[in-house]
Amino acid sequence: MAEEEKAELEEEEDTQKDKYLTFRLGEETYGIDISVVIEIIGIQIITGVPEVPEYVRGIINLRGKIIPVVDMRLRFKKEFRAYDDRTCVVVIDVHDVLIGLIVDGVSEVLGIPMAKVVSPPKLRASQNKYIRGIGEVGENGEAVTLLLDWEKLFSEQEEEILEDIAAK
Amino acid sequence: MMEMFIYETRQFLEQLEQLALASEQSGNFSEEAVNEIFRAMHTIKGSAAMMMVNEVSALAHSVEDIFYYIREKHPKVIDCSTITDFTLGAVDFIRTETDKLDEGEKADADSGEIREQVKMFLRLFKEANGDNPDVELKKAKPAVVKEPQQYYIPAVKAEEAEKEKHIYAAVVFFDDGCEMEEVRAYAILNSLTDKVTEMHYQPEKLLEDVQSTATIRQNGFKLCFVTDMDIETARKLLERTIFLTKLEFKELRDVSECEFWPVAVQGPLAVVSVEPIKPVVEAANRPVGLERQEHHDLHDGQMISVRVDKLDRLMDLVGELVIAEAMVTQNPDLRGLELDNFLKAARQLQKIDGELQDSVMAIRMVPLEATFHKMNRIVRDMTKSLGKKVRLVLAGESTEVDKNIIEHISDPLMHIVRNSVDHGIEMPEVRKAAGKAEEGIVRLTAENEGSEVIIRIMDDGAGLNRDKILERARANHLFTNPEAELTDREIYSFIFAPGFSTNEKITEFSGRGVGMDVVLQNIKALSGTVSVDSTPGQGSVTTLRIPLTLAIIRGMSIAAGQARYTIPITSIRQSFRPEAKDVFQNPDGGEMIMVRGECYPIVRLYEVYHVQDAVRDIDKGILVLVETDKKILGIFADCLLGVQEIVVKPVPAFIQKISNTHGITGCTLLGDGSISLILDAQSLSSQIYS
Repeated sequence: MAEEEKAELEEEEDTQKDKYLTFRLGEETYGIDISVVIEIIGIQIITGVPEVPEYVRGIINLRGKIIPVVDMRLRFKKEFRAYDDRTCVVVIDVHDVLIGLIVDGVSEVLGIPMAKVVSPPKLRASQNKYIRGIGEVGENGEAVTLLLDWEKLFSEQEEEILEDIAAK
Repeated sequence: MMEMFIYETRQFLEQLEQLALASEQSGNFSEEAVNEIFRAMHTIKGSAAMMMVNEVSALAHSVEDIFYYIREKHPKVIDCSTITDFTLGAVDFIRTETDKLDEGEKADADSGEIREQVKMFLRLFKEANGDNPDVELKKAKPAVVKEPQQYYIPAVKAEEAEKEKHIYAAVVFFDDGCEMEEVRAYAILNSLTDKVTEMHYQPEKLLEDVQSTATIRQNGFKLCFVTDMDIETARKLLERTIFLTKLEFKELRDVSECEFWPVAVQGPLAVVSVEPIKPVVEAANRPVGLERQEHHDLHDGQMISVRVDKLDRLMDLVGELVIAEAMVTQNPDLRGLELDNFLKAARQLQKIDGELQDSVMAIRMVPLEATFHKMNRIVRDMTKSLGKKVRLVLAGESTEVDKNIIEHISDPLMHIVRNSVDHGIEMPEVRKAAGKAEEGIVRLTAENEGSEVIIRIMDDGAGLNRDKILERARANHLFTNPEAELTDREIYSFIFAPGFSTNEKITEFSGRGVGMDVVLQNIKALSGTVSVDSTPGQGSVTTLRIPLTLAIIRGMSIAAGQARYTIPITSIRQSFRPEAKDVFQNPDGGEMIMVRGECYPIVRLYEVYHVQDAVRDIDKGILVLVETDKKILGIFADCLLGVQEIVVKPVPAFIQKISNTHGITGCTLLGDGSISLILDAQSLSSQIYS
């Protein structure tokens, strides 16, 4: 408990530190640094753009700004699910580039102190490169949240996609 | 002109500083940074030489040498922090000098010491990388060596010799139609300042007074000065003025013979102080202290300089306002309602919006005049120092383009004009031998064509050397296609590659091959195009095609299934519902249509962009004929949605990065808030036509 109190104090110093917006993607709960999240909006009409990977659904109009949206289910090679009322677009700012992430639904903002985050095991054929860590939630760690490494997600993506296109 | 130089130099300095700092931080100079720094230094060097700020020019040159070396040789051992130190040192020096110039003072500090250090460092740098330091140094001889030959360079303060003083009076007349008489007169003063002890002239407010040009045309430019030159030297000096038609020159016995020599108490006449090196412009302002202030007040009151990004923001907002207005007035909730008063008010709003948009556009439109006239000076100075005879002919300089665009074409134009004079036009003897007039002509023209401005730079010089370009291209491995398959145009376009120069010797103006790739980069940034054409022995033409404005275009919106596309109205020739009998397929499956005896290929949008549930029957949809570069193709879509002014927004960088969105130049918001993709007829047609 003492540890948590200490963590809370630290959070007061920097309100965004160690805070994550959690969202659902199928069975899993993912978390993303609250500091990169600009806003959360409901699903909108998406304009398709030709010749992009399937998971880039297109572009949307965010109050006059045009931003691309990426379906995170497809991004992580999960099955496509039709969008419904709960589907959300989480708009994040990756190095001054706005990108919308389509997720099944957002849950809450969680404080997960560094001490409760463990590094993912380095698996050979794994997607874990986009996961920066796995956070324990709750007092006894009854649930886990996969913390997204948003920086890697959109910098490494570029090469990968280009390879994809070349392969086609 | 000085203002322009100061403004530009400051911009470059800022850029240089950032680049240098960023490079130091990252610990190495990326190729891009080296190119950028080199270009910036190169431009500063060039324009400083034009403005006779020789210490700055020389310093820029010596720093440029370092980056030239890095760019050419890719040395392994790079002492980043030292290079950054030097770069920043040079930036500081140039900035101080520029500030001095801005205050109306003389940029007189000596950069010799810094230059010496730079030179020493470059030697060590080269040695550290195992190169012979002397070889390269010779190639890049500093511009400053030329100094003694340029008569207009203010000499070191001549000792106020005990020599005999003479008083001369002169009236100078310029050629009819040589333009900018006041500037030419100013140039005379400049050439004299260091040689005379006192000088007065009429009209006295040469550059400030708009009337002075007319006065000079009518009465000639009168000047009277005290000097220790003998009559012949003085006369010769004046005779070297270009566009000089008539020179009345005599020696006076006493200053009182001169009608405009000031009498004891200073009247409204111009006085040049006894100190010869002070610039004349400032002196002209000085006699009545108030005058200068008045001038400034006037200036401040009528003009206001606004940062372009503020205008851009305003433009964005107006664009959004237009969209928002459409969203309100065409709101689906209003459908079927009787709303007379609302519609009245809405029409008023529409009108105001339209006017607002027009005025914002008008604020940003600037005539090309100033940019064109800048070239006059360049040509003049270059011809003087190269010993060539060149006349610059301007046409269409009142053509207006967006401010953003003006800023970006000034540099390219300067480079092309410099190239034309330096490489294009031959020496007078050569021209004579080839049966051409001794005086070469460089033509600079601008005209509107649809939503584009076309700027041509034509010279009647030797033309481009095809073989030499091929040779250099071979050496630099620039070929993408087999050599035999290259068209002339493709070969000429090699000159736009970075670092490409067929010139063996590097002059003060050009030869290092930085020029043309700056041109290409700047023009591409404006989504314009550059092309070069040349006829050996008869000259070459560089054509720049630049959009009038980047921000707003008129576009026709069309639909294909759920998707919306917009085609710039300027490229649309006609749209109609095709009849099935006119459409046929060639053996390769390509669809064609016969229209009035002409045959055009058809592009089905839903096929290209994989659109679901679009109209597939040719006689149920609509065909839009678009034209680019004299090539026409038909775009097949479901229906037309209407013409509207659209605000062009770039395709998000993320999308651009991961896809080659063929044929799409941008996107825009339609009245209902939905997004429409802007089609680029040019790239669509280049996919179809060979």
